[in-house]
Amino acid sequence: MKITVTVNGQDHERDVEPRLLLVHFLRDDLGLTGTHWGCDTSNCGVCAVWLDDVPVKSCTVLAVMADGKTVRTVEDLERDGELDPVQKGFSECHGLQCGFCTPGMLMTSRWLLDTNPDPSDEEIRVAISGQLCRCTGYENIVRSVRWAAEHPAVQNTSEPDVTV
Amino acid sequence: MQVPSHFEYERAADVEQVLALLARYGPEARVVAGGHSLLPMMKLRLAAPDALIDINDVSELSYIRVERDELLIGTLVRHAELLDSPVAAEHFPIFREAERVIADPLVRNRGTVGGSLCQADPSEDLSAAFAAVRASAVIRNAEGSRTVPLREFHVGPYETVVGDGELLTEFRVPIKPGGSSAYEKVGRRAGDWALAAAGAAIWLDGGNVADVGIGLTAVGAAHFVAAEAEEYLRGRPADDESFAQAGRIAAEHCRPTADQRGPVDYKRHLAGELTTRALRRAAERART
Ligand SMILES: Cc1cc2nc3c(=O)[nH]c(=O)nc-3n(C[C@H](O)[C@H](O)[C@H](O)COP(=O)(O)OP(=O)(O)OC[C@H]3O[C@@H](n4cnc5c(N)ncnc54)[C@H](O)[C@@H]3O)c2cc1C
Ligand code: FES
Ligand code: FES
Repeated sequence: MKITVTVNGQDHERDVEPRLLLVHFLRDDLGLTGTHWGCDTSNCGVCAVWLDDVPVKSCTVLAVMADGKTVRTVEDLERDGELDPVQKGFSECHGLQCGFCTPGMLMTSRWLLDTNPDPSDEEIRVAISGQLCRCTGYENIVRSVRWAAEHPAVQNTSEPDVTV
Repeated sequence: MQVPSHFEYERAADVEQVLALLARYGPEARVVAGGHSLLPMMKLRLAAPDALIDINDVSELSYIRVERDELLIGTLVRHAELLDSPVAAEHFPIFREAERVIADPLVRNRGTVGGSLCQADPSEDLSAAFAAVRASAVIRNAEGSRTVPLREFHVGPYETVVGDGELLTEFRVPIKPGGSSAYEKVGRRAGDWALAAAGAAIWLDGGNVADVGIGLTAVGAAHFVAAEAEEYLRGRPADDESFAQAGRIAAEHCRPTADQRGPVDYKRHLAGELTTRALRRAAERART
């Protein structure tokens, strides 16, 4: 079936099977492999992307359900060669080791800071509680998000995307 | 890689269209809301519907409001919306407390209140919360609509009174003065299903219990209700002693089964203790 999904500000039209999952649509059909695919059982959160402005687990959403909707992936965080504060935070505070969980962590963190710019450590922990990291033990991830909260971008990151 | 078997996909814009599509595709069609229970089952091929009717655009089912003396909750309300709803929390703090411990923020952004109840998992949290506050459920079909008390909504594990061709549209919760509510859950880790959980709603008449609702989940309570404990409490002093005894009665009458989450006696102990705690906190709130 024909669907059109707006991913990172750009419309993508594809012919897909209704049973195709959003995570595979992003990775295999659009080549956006920044979104990872892990447990496949809605537990680990590595597949987190924004669907209509809220983070969801894209292994548990059908691509056809995103028809006519907006999706934002980790590829959209960097703007004009400038990393998003959450990306800088993870880099500054060693918020990743293998990096497998990182795209999902980044997308949830960006959303948290957009809705709550100065979260407590507890609020950060709750925000990422649907996501697993097997490497860092979470301490550095929480520190990274705090760093991003303390170093917001000079320019507002929510300006409309112009790349087509 | 888990792949569902083939199905047809339709998206409905309103309730009438959902009912028409359900009629057209027949009994092998299923409604999909958040998909966070149904899609995992389809990926494991535990479910293989011929057609999915997507109701995510049926915005007329997304509301939380008070009308006359009832709190009305549309079935497409996401867990995250119920969690953050000031009007729901004002009348029934039990909803915020239950939602805070259902799954995780990402699942709560997508999963819906109606989908949770229709899934009818024996460990589902909102079933206990809605049973405690004596909600009723509104079901629409081609002929019209009917209202079913939540305590008659579940037919068995994963089974409800919602039939083929029907859509659950609304929950109604009666608002009565002099009451409040609370929810207590124990799980193994953040975001996990309950080992046991109890919800209590209580209405006071001076120092006594005028009315009470106790919901239990994950411990095999019939219709998610601790009916014998409710019966015991009605008319008694609203004090620690009564609440402790109500907990003992609730523990005695539930029927937990052993699984990877825990053994029977531990779950039974939790059912009692959590019932007592939820009652105590609900009564404290009702007094202020
Ligand atoms: C990782 C994870 C952790 C979880 N933890 C918890 C937890 O701790 N506690 C808890 O209670 N739950 C938990 N859940 C369950 C979660 O709450 C449900 O999966 C979800 O909310 C179901 O809602 P949905 O909208 O996604 O339903 P769907 O998957 O879309 O639908 C479920 C069923 O209901 C039917 N249905 C949906 N809406 C309607 C309607 N309006 N009318 C008629 N039929 C309908 C569908 O046909 C399907 O049979 C968890 C889920 C996940 C994935
Ligand atoms: S791959 Fe989606 S939650 Fe793990
Ligand atoms: S950095 Fe390896 S899983 Fe998180």
